[in-house]
Amino acid sequence: MKKEILLSGIPASPGITMGEVFLLDKEEIGIKKRRLEKTEVEKEIQRFENALQRTNEELQVIKERIGKRIDPEQTKIFDAQLLILEDEVIKGEVERRIREEKINAEWIYKKTIEKTVNSISSSRDEYLKERVYDIEAVSERLLSNLLGKRRIALDKIKRKAVLMAHSLSPGDLVNIRKEKISGFATEVGGGTSHVALLAKSLGFPAVVGLKDALRRIDRGDFVIIDGDRGLVILSPTEKTVYQYEKRQKDLLKQKRKLFRLKSLPGETEDGRKIEIQANIELIEDIEEALRYGAEGIGLYRTEYLYLAKSELPSAQEQKKAYQTIVDKMYPNPVILRTFDLGGDKFAGEKTDMVEANPFLGWRAIRVCLDVPELFKVQLRAMLEASVRGNLKIMFPMVSGVEELKEAKSVLDQVKEELESQGIGFDQTIELGIMMEIPSACLMADSLATECDFFSIGTNDLIQYTLAVDRGNERVAHFYQSFHPSVLRLIKQTVEAAHRNGIWVGLCGEMAANPLATVLLVGMGIDELSTSPLSIPQIKRIVRSVNFSQAKEFAQKVLETTDLQHIKRLLEEDYKRRFGAEEIICLY
Amino acid sequence: MVEREVQIKNKLGLHARPAAMVVKSVSRFKSEIRFIKDDLVVNGKSILSVMGLAAEKGSIIKIRVEGEDEDQALEELVGLFESKFGEE
Repeated sequence: MKKEILLSGIPASPGITMGEVFLLDKEEIGIKKRRLEKTEVEKEIQRFENALQRTNEELQVIKERIGKRIDPEQTKIFDAQLLILEDEVIKGEVERRIREEKINAEWIYKKTIEKTVNSISSSRDEYLKERVYDIEAVSERLLSNLLGKRRIALDKIKRKAVLMAHSLSPGDLVNIRKEKISGFATEVGGGTSHVALLAKSLGFPAVVGLKDALRRIDRGDFVIIDGDRGLVILSPTEKTVYQYEKRQKDLLKQKRKLFRLKSLPGETEDGRKIEIQANIELIEDIEEALRYGAEGIGLYRTEYLYLAKSELPSAQEQKKAYQTIVDKMYPNPVILRTFDLGGDKFAGEKTDMVEANPFLGWRAIRVCLDVPELFKVQLRAMLEASVRGNLKIMFPMVSGVEELKEAKSVLDQVKEELESQGIGFDQTIELGIMMEIPSACLMADSLATECDFFSIGTNDLIQYTLAVDRGNERVAHFYQSFHPSVLRLIKQTVEAAHRNGIWVGLCGEMAANPLATVLLVGMGIDELSTSPLSIPQIKRIVRSVNFSQAKEFAQKVLETTDLQHIKRLLEEDYKRRFGAEEIICLY
Repeated sequence: MVEREVQIKNKLGLHARPAAMVVKSVSRFKSEIRFIKDDLVVNGKSILSVMGLAAEKGSIIKIRVEGEDEDQALEELVGLFESKFGEE
C-alpha cells in the first residue's frame, strides 16, 4: 500500500475530481543527427517545407474547432502559433543551414528553435517565460510531422480517468473528450497559461506547475485533483477520500438545490412575475439556457455570427440562425439585438480607421444607420424569422429620439418591401431598445412612446455614467455598479417605461449579481436576463422576495447617497435572507 | 531611415499575442523594420525574434524603419505600442 502524498501546484481551473491516473507520456521525440549527401539537400528542404505545410493545416483545423466549440477569443493563440510556424527568420535559417551544413532538417530545426527558446527563458518575466510553451508546442508538432510519428492518441483512454502529463498544449486539450477525462494536472505551466484558460472554459478541474510529480506516479494510481486549492493527492487515505467526497457532495447538493428551481417560474412570493431569461452568444448556448430554466432569450448578441467566422453572415445564414433560436425557444420570447460592433468590422476597405475612443466612436446603431444596406439585410432576416414564433427586435446604443425614429423608418421600409413581395412576418412584432447611454435614460419618457420595451445594459451604462474605462487599472475602482447615480438612472428609466405602459428588462452583468436582485425587483424591473449559469441562483432570490417589502427596501436604498452605505444595506439584506456563510462565496 | 523609441506599457510585456499583432501589422509594409533593445537587433517581421527580445513592461525599444513606406510604418507601429495592444 502506497503512502498518501500531497503535491502542491498552482490552481488552474476550479473544482474537484478523483480517479485513476492516465499518464500521458509523450513519446520523447528522439532526434538524431544525420549527414546528408549532396544530392539529398534539396529533397531535405522540400521535406521540411512539406512538414511546415502539414503542421499549418493541423493548426488551422484546431483553431477552427476551438473557435466553434469553445470561445472565439481563444483562437488568437493559434494565430500566434501559426506566425511562429511560418516565421521567416527561422525558416530562412533552417534552409540555409541545411544547405551549408548538410545536416538533416529535424536536427537543424531543433537547434534553431532552442536558440530562441533559450533567450526567452532567460527573461525574468514569468508571463513571458510561459510563452515558451507556445513555441515548444509548435516545434513538437512540426518535428513529429517531420519524423512521421503520430502523436499519442488520447482516444486510447478506455475508462474515465484523470489525465497527468509533463505538459499539455491547447491542441491536446481540444482533443480530450469529457466522457473520458474528468480533470488534469501538469508539471509545467502557470495560472495564466492558455491551457489554464481553456480548462476553465471547458469546465475541467485542473492543477498546473506540479514540479517533478510524474516520477512518483504510475499509470492506474488513484489521485484526487483539487483545482480550488491547487493540490494533487496521490494514493489518498480513506479519510482523505471521505473528506473530498463530502466536499464534492456538498457542492453538488447546493447545485442540485438550485437546479430544482429551474422549472419553477420567476415570480415573487406574493405573485409578481419577473421573467428570468438568458443572454446568449452562440446558437449552441440555447441548450444551456434551456437546461438552466431560462424563460426566454433576453439578449441574443447577433454580432457573434460575425465574430465566429470574421466575415459578415449572409442573409440566408442570418435567417437560418434566427429561425433556429425562435424554434428552439418556442413559445418563449427571443430578443434579437442588431449588430453591436465597431465600424471597422463592417466597412470593408475602410478598416484601416483606428479610433482613439472606440467606446465613444462609430459603432452599433450608428454604423447600421450609416450603412443601411447592411442593416436592412439583418432586419429582413429577423422579420422573416418572426413568423415562426415569439421574436422581438432590439437596437443597441440608442442615444436619443431622432436616432430611434430613423432606425424605425428603416425597419418600416423593410416591412413594406416584404409586404409588397407577399412575404409574411409578425405584424405585431415588438421593438425595443437598449438603455445603455445616460442620454437615453434621461430621455426615457420620450423614447418610451416610440417603442415597446426597454432593456437596460448596465455594463455600458455604468461606464458612460461614471466615465470609467474598466480596463484601465488606475481608474477601474471607480467602476461601481451600485453608485447612487447609476441606481437613479435605472429607477428613472423603469418609472418612465411604466408610465408609458411598456415593460423594462435588464441584461447587463448586474442582472447576475445576487446582491442586486432584490433591489432591482423592488425598483420595478419586469425581466432579468443573465448568463444561463446564473439563472437558478437569481430565480431562487426572486422567489424569496416579497414585492411590497422589496419596494420599501429599494426606496430606502435610493434615498441613500453614500456608496459604502448602499453596499452595506445590500449585504445586510442578503445575509438576512440566506445567512452569512453564503455571502463569502459571492466574491 | 526613421527611428523612434517606445516603452512597453502593458502589464504582461511583449508576449505572444502582442508580438503577433506587431508582426502582422509590420508585414503589410515594404520597409525593412528592426527592433533594437539594449544590444539586440532583430527583424520586426519575425515573431520569434520579436518574442526573443523578452521585452517586459517598462523596457524601452527602438524602432528603426527603412524603405519607401517608412513614415507610415513607423507611425502605425508607435500607435500599436501606445495602445498597449489593447491590453491592461
